[in-house]
Order: sequence, then structure tokens, then C-alpha cells
Amino acid sequence: MSSDQPFITDDSAVVTETRDARMGEGRGDRFNSRLREAFGSSPFILTKFDKFLNWARGSSMFMLQFGIACCSIEMMHTYAVKHDLDRFGSGVPRASPRQADVMIVPGTIVSKFAPRMKRVYDQMPEPKFVVGMGSCTISGGPFQEGYNVIKGAEEVIPVDIHVPGCPPRPEALVYGVAKLQERIANGEASPVTVKPYELEQFSDLEKDELVEHLTDQIDEDDLVMRYNFADSP
Amino acid sequence: MSLQDPAGDLETADEASAVVERDPDELAELLGDAVIGREEHVNAPGFVIRSDAVQDVLSTLKEEAGYDHLSVVTAQEYENRYESIYHLKKYADPTQEVSVVVPADKQNPVSESAEPVFRTADWHEREAYDLVGIEYDDHPDLRRILLPETWQGHPLSMDYDKDQPQVVSLREHANPLQADHREDESDTMFINIGPHHPATHGVLHLKTTLDGEQVADVESDIGYLHRSEEQMAQSGTYRHQIMPYPDRWDYISAGLLNEYAYARAAEDLADIEVPEYAQIIRTMGAELCRIAAHMLAVATFALDINGDFTATFMYAINDREQAQSILEDLTGQRMMFNYFRLGGVVWDLPEPRAEFFEKTRDFLDQLPGSVEEYHDLLTANEILQMRTIDTGILPPEVAKNYGATGPVARGSGVDYDLRRDDPYGYYDELDWDVITEDGCDNYSRLLVRLQEVEESAKIIEQCVDLLEDWPEDDRTIQSNVPRTLKPEDDKEIYRAVEGAKGELGIYIRADGTDKPARFKIRSPCFSNLQTLPEMANGEYVPDMVAALGSLDIVLGEVDR
Ligand code: SF4
Repeated sequence: MSSDQPFITDDSAVVTETRDARMGEGRGDRFNSRLREAFGSSPFILTKFDKFLNWARGSSMFMLQFGIACCSIEMMHTYAVKHDLDRFGSGVPRASPRQADVMIVPGTIVSKFAPRMKRVYDQMPEPKFVVGMGSCTISGGPFQEGYNVIKGAEEVIPVDIHVPGCPPRPEALVYGVAKLQERIANGEASPVTVKPYELEQFSDLEKDELVEHLTDQIDEDDLVMRYNFADSP
Repeated sequence: MSLQDPAGDLETADEASAVVERDPDELAELLGDAVIGREEHVNAPGFVIRSDAVQDVLSTLKEEAGYDHLSVVTAQEYENRYESIYHLKKYADPTQEVSVVVPADKQNPVSESAEPVFRTADWHEREAYDLVGIEYDDHPDLRRILLPETWQGHPLSMDYDKDQPQVVSLREHANPLQADHREDESDTMFINIGPHHPATHGVLHLKTTLDGEQVADVESDIGYLHRSEEQMAQSGTYRHQIMPYPDRWDYISAGLLNEYAYARAAEDLADIEVPEYAQIIRTMGAELCRIAAHMLAVATFALDINGDFTATFMYAINDREQAQSILEDLTGQRMMFNYFRLGGVVWDLPEPRAEFFEKTRDFLDQLPGSVEEYHDLLTANEILQMRTIDTGILPPEVAKNYGATGPVARGSGVDYDLRRDDPYGYYDELDWDVITEDGCDNYSRLLVRLQEVEESAKIIEQCVDLLEDWPEDDRTIQSNVPRTLKPEDDKEIYRAVEGAKGELGIYIRADGTDKPARFKIRSPCFSNLQTLPEMANGEYVPDMVAALGSLDIVLGEVDR
């Protein structure tokens, strides 16, 4: 701001002026005058704090930009033109898990990737939600028989919403996200339980034949994930 | 811009001798006593050679007979032996093929590595070691490539127990800023990029060593999407159960191109004829897929160059939506089409046909306009030019040595396109051009893709014309194919098509049952990705990201 401008003490006046000028005629609608009317003369509303917070949470979700397999192509279409997930208040993909609330898991999870996915999930701040996209995240999908494939994302992280399909259409994903918003607004989230496959320190594993065999390759305090494929669904 | 390939003219002179086809007996004579037997594969003569003569044989074939393209290395286990097959071709004429079969001992499977002759053998042999368990003498770095390093057993070998537990460590992801990743004397720094990173186009992990702002070394760590595709195909029946899987290899909507690869290999294996009408539908669908795939390649490449190219991304997605909508009308699905059948396609064009043709024509009519727009937004853009011209250099000789194909090779002036050079489908009846650029840089690869979109549009247009006038009583969409296909025992074939990313090939060995005994996928991305260090070492970090983007890899196809 250049210094020869008059010093304004009440800076709200400036704000109001420019705003009025921009709004022009019919400005009442822009500020939800009908809603205001419904409230009566009071500018306050009374609600439960939790409820308000849940509503805010559900209406402004930051998604994690997380592409795995084929489903992520449809996920991109969901974010982009035509389907535009942003219309529903949840279309801003964040590249860093530290900024994200919701993780859409779009694809097949294999043994090498599951520990990384778990790590990314752990890095997201609470409260966090997961949408499983596609049959692969439900059961392994078409690759259920694969020697290297984890039989569903639920084996590793908790999943709130499953969207079936191979791949689900963008509309289906939008529906899934809308359902998630509904759940969040109602204050529901899936319980965090111990999953079959967790990250553990190598030294904490049961000392069976396999672990003995690997002792010279893995350090005691390395994080590992142990897959018991025989017990997988 | 001239579509003529200047490098091609240079090559013709000294390669004229290489293109001469030699008959198998001549080749056997050339190879001398390294040959211990002969086989006959459907696509090529096979020479069984001693396992300690691999380098000699391959370099003789490469230097003296002109077989300069190692497509793929197939490894497999028999009841009594292991076997590696080197599928060789010529860049100048891919119909000239030869298979070099190297048996290895069942108890102690070791054979000589081909890496000193063909650089591309490096990763292919690592994969063979990882999945089948053959060891390669003289290999520079024989480690697992797709499976985690702590994996037990080789999953495609015969005695593998699928139910055994496995332990996978998270070790590679140590904090890159940790003090021990910086060496005092050399002043380099180690940094992880991926596997969860927006610039890696999926789940690719790049282990990068930086010297200041420059890349001193980059190593791709793949396998984060290794979905056991080969096992899935080996446990499916030829007729019905395999076809859905190709859609999921290169999943950037390139489904029909991949289905083409399987259809071509299996049809040649089982001697199935495809009616002409179905060929045209196939060709049209495949090219629509190519447009969709290239659109996404261009879009994400632009995003890699500069995050401000979001508009381009949206434009490209918009064009893709249209292509996908036509494909959906045709096949019933947006991405995973499962539309081809052995001997044809599953159903005819949607009714009313006139509407379908009109929709396709509308799409083709607006396509030149949108390509023009991409040129305005991208290739004419100074920022993009600064970032892409003369970065990510891949000389043609290097590209060939790594077995690069598709737009990556054609951007380096290697005039190699299987649609023209090894014709299949209806391509040789149609009028279109192979695009090459000789800039060898990121910019050339982008140009190739954009121009290929136009060529594909030409092909589709001609197909639509043909289909429109096709006599109504001659619309056979499938030939008569037995319900259960059982190709003869020990029949082997390697067949490739031009996928969106390059030579997508399939090797099948039949064993007399209705399921393949070995199903090997030659993924173009797998070979193309190997060239990354050549393009990135010594360059700045953002140039490496640009080079990676211009390779246009799909992890589903790299890892299979
Ligand atoms: S559900 Fe289908 S489309 Fe999605 S990742 Fe799995 S195989 Fe691909």
C-alpha cells in the first residue's frame, strides 16, 4: 500500500465498500438472505459442537493423491472435468499424506506395496477415512489367486467405504464419497482394529523357521510385515 | 515438419546387408558347434545352444546376421530342465525372428548372461531369476526385481508353495535426510522418490543419488504392482478366461491394444481365422484406445513439466471422455473392455449404427482442433520447450540396445512400428504413416505422440467408412472356434503387436491342455523404463522427472 493514502482506522469499511461494489444488484441472495430470514433476527445458530465439526469435516475433505493401479485412472476422471468431484466438497487431491483426510485406495495391493501403504496411512493425521475403490481393495478382485496379491485393503488398513466394480465408474466413486460424507456428518467411522497384516519390528515376530532363515538379512529393529497367505480369505 | 525419417536413410546403407534374410541352416552354420539342437517355433526357428555360449551366439547373431533387437527373455521350468529363450528380431525387419534356446540343469540352473551383448537383458534376466529361479553367470547385478528381496522361493517354478508365509521389510524407506545418506568425501546425497509420489505415474520407486542439483545415479525399484499376471494367465483357459486380463496390463484405456496382443498370439497358435469385418472393428477399437492412451500420456507429461499445465490436463481428460464414451458404446465398459474373442469380437457395432458412426465422426472432426490446441498450449509454449528440448537425450543406438520400442524409440528416429513392419489386423489395407522424430529428446517423444493421435484418427476414419458400407449379409463377427481350445503339445509362439507404449508381445507354450503351460508377457514399458538412467544421469532433477514422464510408463505393465 502506498504511503500517501489516507490512514484508515476502521478497515472493515474498506472491505464493505469493495464488497458492495462487486456484488451489485440483488446482493441479498448472495448472502443467503432467505437462510437469514429463517434464523430470524439473530445472526447466531445453536448447534452441538461435535455436530458442527462433523458437518464441516464432511463438507470439506482433502483427498490424498494416491494412485496404485487401473482404478486410479477412473479416479483421475472423477477428479477432472465432467465428473468433477470438487462439486461435492472433496476434490482437492493433496500429494502429502500429512495434509489429507481421506485416502482413496485405487487398486491392487501387492506384498511389496502393503507396508508402504500402511506407512502412508499412518502418516495421515487423525481423523482419517479410507475409501476402498474397486474389487481389488475388497478381495484382491481378479487377482485374488495371485501369489503376490493381498486379499483386500482391509487386511492392512481399516476401510470405511467399499466401492465395488472393476473399475467402478466415476459416478460410483462419487456416490461412495457422498456416502462417506454422510457417515462423517453422522459422526461414524470404522473402528480401528488390529489388522491381520501389521507393521512390526522384526525381533517381535514369532521365531519360526522363516524368521530364523531371514535373521542374517533383516535387522532386529527393521519394520516388517508378515503375510500368512495360508490364512488369507 | 517432415514425416520422413532422416536417420532411417542413413541406416539403410549400412543395414542393407543386415536385412537380408538368411535361412535357418545358414544361421546354424554361422553359429557353429555352439548349437546342440534345433527347434521349430511357430514364429521363428529355434536354436538350442550350450549354456556357456550365450554371449558368443548372441553377439554373432547381432553383429553378423543383424538381429539387433532382443525382444524378451522367457524363462521356464520343464520336468527335466530349465530353459531361457532369447527372442531376437531385427529393428529393420521384425518379421525376421530367431529364438535362441538355452537349457539349464534342473538341479543347478545356471547359464551365461547376455547382458554384455544386449543391455536390455539385464532386467529381463533379473526377472527370470526372480520368478523362475535361473541364475545367470556374469550378470552384473543378479537380484530380485519384482518381488521383495526377502521373498522365499521362485513363484513360477514347479515346486513353489503359494501358501507359505512371507516376510517383507520396510527397510528401503529410511529417511533420506539421515546423516548416513550423505557421504563426506563425495558430497552426494541419496534420496527416495516414490513409491507414493505424484511424479512417478503410479507406484514406482526411484533410488536417486544426487550430486548437488544433478542426478549422479538413478535406479528404478519396481514391483510395487506385480500382480502375478503371468500366473493368472497360466491358470486360465485360452478360450474365455485369459481375455479379461490383458485389459489390466496397460490400463490407460489401452485395453483393446492389449487384447489384440493376446488375440494375435493365441489365434496364430491355434490357427484361427478372423473374419475381415471383425478385423476392421478390432482395428478401429484399438486405435481409439491408442488415442485415449496418448491423450493421458500428453496430459500427465505436461503436468510433470509444470504444475500450471492443469488446463491441458483437463482438455485431455475431456477428449479421453469422448473416446471412452465411444468405446463404451462399442464394448459396454469404459476401461476393461473384454471385447475381443479368439476369432473375432464379442458383438457387432451398437444399434442404431448410424448414430454410432455419427458420434465417432463427430469425435474425429473435432480432434484436429484439439490437437491444434495441444500444440498451442504445449509444443509452442516457451516454458515447455525450454524444459524439453535437448533434455533426456536417448540416442538411437542406446535405445536399440535397451530394446526400446514405441514412441520412445520413434522419438529417437528408430523407424519401428509393428503395425506396418509386421502387419496384422487391417492396418496394411489402410493409408497412414509411421511417425518418427530424430530429436532424441523429451520434446520429440511428445511430438511423436501428438502426431500419432492424428494418424490414429486417419485409421479410424477409414475403418468407419469401410464399416458403414459393409454389406449387411457379410457381417460375420466371429469365426467358428471350438468351445475348448487345445493347441498341440509343445507348440511355442512369440507374437507381438504395437501397443500404446511399443512392442507388446506374448510368448505362449502349449502343453496339449486347454491352458497355457507358460505365458510370458513382453511389456514395452519394462524395456523402456530401463533407459531412464541413460537419459537422466548427469541431468538436473526436474529433467529426470521430465524424462520419466516422456517415457510414459504404466506400472501395471512394467510389473505385470
Ligand atoms: S478393481 Fe479392477 S480396475 Fe480396479 S485395480 Fe483392480 S483390476 Fe484394476
